[in-house]
Amino acid sequence: MIEASNLTKRYPGGLEAVKDASFRIDAGQMVLITGHSGAGKTTLVKLVSTIERPTSGSLVVNGQNLTALRRSAMPHVRRHFGMVFQDQKLLFDRCALDNVLLPLQIAGLPHREAVRRGRAALDKVGLLAREKANPIALSGGEQQRLAIARAVVNRPTVLIADEPTGNLDSESAAEILEIFADFHRVGVTVVVATHDQTWIERYHPNVLRLDRGKVVV
Amino acid sequence: MNAWFSQHRAALGLAFRRLLASPLNTLLSLLVIGIALTLPAFGYVALDNLRDLGRNATGVQQISLFLNLEAGKKDVAEIENRLRAASAGTWRFVPKEEALKRMQASEGMAEIVASLPRNPLPDAFVIEPKNTEPEALEIMRKEIAGWPRVAHVQLDSAWVKRFDAFLRLGKLALWMLAGLFAAGLVAVTFNTIRLQVMAQSAEIEVARMIGATDGFIRRPFYYFGALQGALGGLLAAALVIGGLYLLAAPVGELAALYGSAFAFRRPAVGEVVVLAGLGAFLGWLGAQLSVSLSLRKFD
Repeated sequence: MIEASNLTKRYPGGLEAVKDASFRIDAGQMVLITGHSGAGKTTLVKLVSTIERPTSGSLVVNGQNLTALRRSAMPHVRRHFGMVFQDQKLLFDRCALDNVLLPLQIAGLPHREAVRRGRAALDKVGLLAREKANPIALSGGEQQRLAIARAVVNRPTVLIADEPTGNLDSESAAEILEIFADFHRVGVTVVVATHDQTWIERYHPNVLRLDRGKVVV
Repeated sequence: MNAWFSQHRAALGLAFRRLLASPLNTLLSLLVIGIALTLPAFGYVALDNLRDLGRNATGVQQISLFLNLEAGKKDVAEIENRLRAASAGTWRFVPKEEALKRMQASEGMAEIVASLPRNPLPDAFVIEPKNTEPEALEIMRKEIAGWPRVAHVQLDSAWVKRFDAFLRLGKLALWMLAGLFAAGLVAVTFNTIRLQVMAQSAEIEVARMIGATDGFIRRPFYYFGALQGALGGLLAAALVIGGLYLLAAPVGELAALYGSAFAFRRPAVGEVVVLAGLGAFLGWLGAQLSVSLSLRKFD
């Protein structure tokens, strides 16, 4: 379903964050991207989720070569991915529900249907009772759960997360792990960049290990 | 199509909410835009009224037609027929006897007239033309001068030409002024939108990452610019109407002193709509320029 061939990302200044990465992720798999800090995990996540474009190589998702797509087509591709960021990237000028509604507004869903799906997503991560709360009033774990609700509300085929438990205590991190596992169990492809070994110990996922930008496993 | 409408409705709603979110800023921006549009709009209305005043002023755009001294009643009737056929407007026949009486009535002229062996004045027509454009008046003067038994045709075209030149100059100055203020309006909107893009940068960044198109991101800013411009246009129309209302009484009194029933013509509904539309267009233009420049950093 996701197939990368010789994927390379070189930033201005010459830094090669990802070098000749080739891998395949099948539908329904849970894949961890691991490696030390600076190994290129975040860059690879951004490449897979099309937030960044590779310098060379190809990335094929569901048979579509994304590296050959025009810039204007990229937003529509991104809607197939649910993105969870380490710093959540929540909007603090609106309530929890309105944060979750953003992907549905982008997709042009009628308001009533969007609210129904937004509430369902909040319920799934255990935040329905806090739908009116501003994200700033939520704990770190709750903020990450809110970010997951926003990522899954549009029913993506792939859930991609970058260090989703990086800033959380062990209890909150365990809750987040369980939520990702739940989505994996119902068939969602889950790709997570992390250096948290708990994931490997608990769920035995496929692992892509990066070392200085290269896939070593 | 439903999604398209839904997104436009949401963008319009968001633009309204942003306008209402900071009422003081909105009010100040509207005042700046309103005043910028008021000056050229008021100038337009004033020139329009002046043009009407010039056209309707009796006695200043008349054509005087003097017949030969030998012309008789038949010739007078012939001239009347020709005026009727030419749809020349309204006219009044001034017989030579009446003209002499008027001359006699003038101060210091009675003795001179009494000393004349015979009436030296011709029969005349005073014509108030329908079409008072300077070119049309000149054409009519030339046509009448060619009619039989017409000795002289007099047109106070110099005054008309001067007035028309003044109006043209005023119109040009008005366009220049309008251009300047339009640029000002675009600049005000540009800056407002630039600040908004900065304030919304987090939302723009997130929206891009989760699949928002350029159109989705730009649309609320376009609506905001257009709405702000349209409201500024309506404010300008209100200021113009208010100004004319305040001036109506003193201008009416002044006109009455000159025997005129002149009253300001107020902007019609269509003109108010045009002003609001113009404001909306300029606001949209400012937003378009600002968003295009400001969003580059998100690429």
